Amino acid sequence: MGEMAIVIETVIKAITVLAVVAGMAAFATYIERKVLAFMQRRLGPMHVGPHGILQLAADGIKLFTKEDIVPQNSIKPIFKIAPVIAPASAFTAMAAVPFFPEFTLFGYTVHPIIADINVGILFVMGVASVGMYAPLLAGMSSVNKWALLGAARTVIQLLSFEVVTGLSILAPLMMIGSLSLIDINDYQMGGVGSWLAWKQPLAFVLFMIAGFAETNRTPFDLIEVESEVVSGYATDYSGMRWGLFFVGEYANMITVSFLVSIIFLGGYNPIWFIPGGLAILLKISFFIFLFLWVRAAWPHVRPDQLMWLCWKVLMPLALLNILLTGIVLI
Amino acid sequence: MKLFFFTFVSSNLRYYIQHLKRREDPRVSLEFVLAASITFILAILLPTIFLLTKNLGPNTKGNRAKNLAYESGVSKSFGDGQGKFNVKFYLVAIIFVLFDVEIIFLFPWAVNVRELGWFGIFEMFTFMFLLASGLIYIYKIKALKWQ
Amino acid sequence: MKASSKIVPQKISKADSMPKHFEASFANRFSKDENNQYIIAQQYIIEAITCLQIEDNFSILLDITAIDYLTCKHECPSRFALVYILRDTSFLQTVRIKTYLHDAKLEIQSISSLFAIANWAEREVWDQYGICFTNHPNLKRMLNHKEFIGHPLRKDYPITQGQFCTKTDDLMDEMIPKLENKGFTSHEDLMFLNLGPAHPASHGTIRTFCALEGETIISAVAEIGYLHRGFEKSCENHTYNQIIPYTDRLNYCSAILNNIAFAHTVEGMLGVSVPQRAQFIRVLIGELSRIIDHLVCLAANLVDMGALTNYWYLFNPREAVYDLLSKLTGARLTNSYMRIGGMAHDLYDGFNEDLQECIKQIQNGVADTLSLIEHNRIFHDRTQDVGVIKAEKALNLGLSGPNLRASGIAYDIRKTAPYYNYESFDFDIAIGSVGDVYDRMMVRFEEIRQSIRIINQAMKQIPQGPILVADNAISLPDKKDVYGNIEGLMNQFKLIYEGVKVPAMEYYNAIEGANGELGFYIISDGSGTPYKVKVRPPCFPAMAAYADIIEGGMIADAVLTLGSLNIVAGELDR
Repeated sequence: MGEMAIVIETVIKAITVLAVVAGMAAFATYIERKVLAFMQRRLGPMHVGPHGILQLAADGIKLFTKEDIVPQNSIKPIFKIAPVIAPASAFTAMAAVPFFPEFTLFGYTVHPIIADINVGILFVMGVASVGMYAPLLAGMSSVNKWALLGAARTVIQLLSFEVVTGLSILAPLMMIGSLSLIDINDYQMGGVGSWLAWKQPLAFVLFMIAGFAETNRTPFDLIEVESEVVSGYATDYSGMRWGLFFVGEYANMITVSFLVSIIFLGGYNPIWFIPGGLAILLKISFFIFLFLWVRAAWPHVRPDQLMWLCWKVLMPLALLNILLTGIVLI
Repeated sequence: MKLFFFTFVSSNLRYYIQHLKRREDPRVSLEFVLAASITFILAILLPTIFLLTKNLGPNTKGNRAKNLAYESGVSKSFGDGQGKFNVKFYLVAIIFVLFDVEIIFLFPWAVNVRELGWFGIFEMFTFMFLLASGLIYIYKIKALKWQ
Repeated sequence: MKASSKIVPQKISKADSMPKHFEASFANRFSKDENNQYIIAQQYIIEAITCLQIEDNFSILLDITAIDYLTCKHECPSRFALVYILRDTSFLQTVRIKTYLHDAKLEIQSISSLFAIANWAEREVWDQYGICFTNHPNLKRMLNHKEFIGHPLRKDYPITQGQFCTKTDDLMDEMIPKLENKGFTSHEDLMFLNLGPAHPASHGTIRTFCALEGETIISAVAEIGYLHRGFEKSCENHTYNQIIPYTDRLNYCSAILNNIAFAHTVEGMLGVSVPQRAQFIRVLIGELSRIIDHLVCLAANLVDMGALTNYWYLFNPREAVYDLLSKLTGARLTNSYMRIGGMAHDLYDGFNEDLQECIKQIQNGVADTLSLIEHNRIFHDRTQDVGVIKAEKALNLGLSGPNLRASGIAYDIRKTAPYYNYESFDFDIAIGSVGDVYDRMMVRFEEIRQSIRIINQAMKQIPQGPILVADNAISLPDKKDVYGNIEGLMNQFKLIYEGVKVPAMEYYNAIEGANGELGFYIISDGSGTPYKVKVRPPCFPAMAAYADIIEGGMIADAVLTLGSLNIVAGELDR
């Protein structure tokens, strides 16, 4: 294969992934409204298009054409750059995520991963955690007290749970012996029984909880919870700048769903009669639904309770899990 | 004590890393660097294009009231969002950096835990024991206590 | 918490209802006026109130208000008088102490060291009447803007004069002494934050100015008055029946109860009691609006906690009640259903079926909400031991209603001073044990159930009969008479133009509002318009206490505390 061909293939793949994920993120907002609405005994968006499906387009037009407001006292360059970081890091993280099993298109074998790398999981987690800078810088550059509080909450929440994410994922990695997401997926080829969720239930639960915190979803939606810090880091943002945070958040949700599915729930291996590609889509839909379900059902915690949960409950548990796994493995 | 242990572990880490490199893996290549950079550039480009669409909308630059920082409708308030801030939050950040660096050390070990056998287990468990004692010490000095 | 206790209203003899110690020690220094108010000379006021508080157990200060006798028809010793309304700890007796102030120097000693609530109450008197309280810690305006000139409730204040006030109070004059009390001589390390007036969780427009260390509130100052619209001044220029629509806007979550409280007070002054059927309708509709008030409070509080779904579970039944009310009264929010001497019209056919449907929906909504939160660890952690008000403190603050009952004090006017046949209904008082946010919420949940019990009993017992007092001086005549004969026409004409003539007196009466004791202190000069109306809003003491309660907690706790106290800006700011 010539170098040019690789470049072209990569560009096509990258554009496809970006477009699909951005589309999914947008669609997830519609799904969120609808699912929440049904759980709350109302209809949700109904007026724009059949069942409000065109609400997406309406929201898009509104966001795209909205006036760009930059507060006069803010640190303007950082204020303007910060929103770009969120989706950029979320999209870049997807470079190492294998979305589907390999398939053949017009006699050409397609690997549905942009960059196959043997430390895929480190790459995904590392790049995704760069996204933390978006709320942090946004909050600090707004020169607004609510935004500052939001930024402070970002620090304690996202940083703390980064540790839990890292520790909880170690135990499965010890069993697999590889950092490549493809290897992790292949490890669970033997059907539903070989899923890591059964072998590492504690790690699965810990990673899930940390996933909720990292993506800033209820019950850990502290960094922009309306009733306490108005809108947190995004208080002074409006229009598309605010929209970019939103896109980043939903893209992160999708990434986390992919990661959990691949690491713990058998990835894109076929289950029974369901082909692999469909299987992983179903798993991701389930996790997105789970995010919404939890949001509909639970109140959110207080910052000090969050810290207590992270450092005094989840982290010792994660360490314990590693010890146990180590002893059992040898 | 801790410093000593650091040097002890990191000398062993060198061994792990060499071990990693010896593994033949065709997937680490220029190909990856290229792919990742292309994705990165595109991932930055897309939001930037999104941002340019603001030119489609209205623009009322110089509207002073609109460009004020929001503080619950009180226009003249005491202090702004740039003053001193409670040290607790910085403390959490620093503790995070400590732990995260140590977790990075754990990754190469985790991948090779079977090959390293009991020696690796013993070594890392000592490391993790120290990690846990560090955590206990942090609880003790109430660095994570919030109120 | 779930305990609910039954207290039986003790029948007390007339002799017991006197503050004995006070009467003994002030034997020749007080006189009693025709309204059963003790009149005391200005210099003895502190002594008298201390005596009442300590020796006669009158440890609840309900309200302080002033009266401007400038345009009064009868002779008065001086232009201004102050009235203190106190209640004892058995909740059965109320005394009013009145003192005439020297015209030359409008000054009196502050009693804010005796009662926590007096601080704000005296500020309000100063703001509205310009009466100075010496030794008051911080005598500044309460309801009006700080740039406001004059004292609007004085009879010589020109009400048509407009004033433009633009500058926001930075509240540092209150904040700095509070911080110094806590040992913060420099405030460089603190962040000062305005929680409101325009904040998603500042129920209405209430401003809380906080000094934060991280997210912990070191010190807080509350400012109210953003919704002040001069209700009490407006009342002085309207007939009694015209005031009823204004009362709707006090606690807009339970407009009917405000209607009832006002109408009940005026009927007390007239010395009439409404017909039995009207009383039962008032109980029915009143309890229904108590339920919707609680639903709003609980739903908003849960949303502040992030439990979003409960909002719809609780607001859908509320919507059903509003449908019922709009079918009955013609309006959803501001019903204006009461009239002096009865109500606007009778229940419609099929009301009972609609009511049962509403009750079913309410029960389902409450059950659904409780199933979501009752065993939820996050909910318990968020609400328990947050915003605690101890029983003694709650009394000293003058709290009432669910907020007081959550602290463990079973005080409910429906039990202690039953009106409208409440003594014949079988219902319990829900009380809490700790006085935290959890108790306040759960007491409200339980009260919804008890209100449903009352409604069911009332619906069974409701008699047939008239709904208006059969007195031409109070009730409007039938339309048949108005169009058919001259007496009816004249009667209607007189009542509409001059209003119901209420005998000259000074009168205080209260009912159990959704938030607590909702009292009206009305002075009549015998004409069709009140000489003075003073509302005793139940959330005024709660708001006065709020800033102190949240100190030491976090922002997230402050938001929940505000929600659980159920502050309604409409009745707070009047």
